[in-house]
Amino acid sequence: MAIVYEKSKGLTDVELHYCPGCNHGIIHKLVAESLVELGLLDDAIGVCPVGCSVFAYKYFNCDMQEAAHGRAPAVATGIKRTHPHQAVFTYQGDGDLASIGAAEIVHAAMRGEKFTTIFVNNAIYGMTGGQMAPTTLIGQKATTCQTGRTKEQAGMPIRMAEMLSTLDGCVYAERVCVTDIANINKAKKAIKKAFQKQMNGEGFTFIEVLSTCPTNWGMTPLKAVDWLKDNMIPYYPLGVIKEVAPENAEVK
Amino acid sequence: MTAKVTFNSDRCKGCELCTTVCPKHIVAIDQTVINRKGYHPAHVTDITQCIACASCAKICPDSIITVEKF
Repeated sequence: MAIVYEKSKGLTDVELHYCPGCNHGIIHKLVAESLVELGLLDDAIGVCPVGCSVFAYKYFNCDMQEAAHGRAPAVATGIKRTHPHQAVFTYQGDGDLASIGAAEIVHAAMRGEKFTTIFVNNAIYGMTGGQMAPTTLIGQKATTCQTGRTKEQAGMPIRMAEMLSTLDGCVYAERVCVTDIANINKAKKAIKKAFQKQMNGEGFTFIEVLSTCPTNWGMTPLKAVDWLKDNMIPYYPLGVIKEVAPENAEVK
Repeated sequence: MTAKVTFNSDRCKGCELCTTVCPKHIVAIDQTVINRKGYHPAHVTDITQCIACASCAKICPDSIITVEKF
């Protein structure tokens, strides 16, 4: 008898509090599996955000630190600079990273801090009850834009991966999604690559993962997957946004 | 090849993501059962057709599925 697949050792046995169909669970799993496969689990330190994934410290089987809202990149900077040989990552949602924590992530990327950020973009504020986020799409309804977001009032949604990729300190930025097995495999490959680049000391690495929020989008989990494919992927294109070759990265 | 798929059914939230990725279409929601959380859990309808690809386990957000093959 051979085990083909079982729950990753990088995750604890605590039950996830996420809603049915929420992609956070899949993304947690991919990060945990990547750390285990790279042999980094014992050396990893994660930094949790505020948002739906605020309890991620209970789920990852490695050292974790909770940060104030949006400040995970600042906390991770301190941890990585004092523990330069350990794998450090932040796990942040779009309300945390793209809104209140926009300054922290931009400056961490600018400084080329050698940690990895996993950015979960579900185009809405989940935990607080479905308010409009900076990533909410034009026309998308939320509790603070009940007839849909308009360009005139709220501007166009922010593309974080593209924005950060303009900074020299950012050596790797990729956008992935986890809607099906092919995309899950691609997402895992991207996360592993980011951790490898981090451990090589190349610079700041950023993985944006498009995610569903069935509860706040007001859809079933399966409809939410279709909505993500039809609406989010055209605005947030998947793929490698930036990759600096290791020989061109400034390794210190 | 014989496969064995184990569901930790009490933790299933009935999101149905696993039912969309099975190449053999043998993963379904069991409408006859209500679990501890109050959801209809997923199950395998015909284990003899299972090819142990573990697609259902890979997409399960709650990591409740274990796949083994003999």
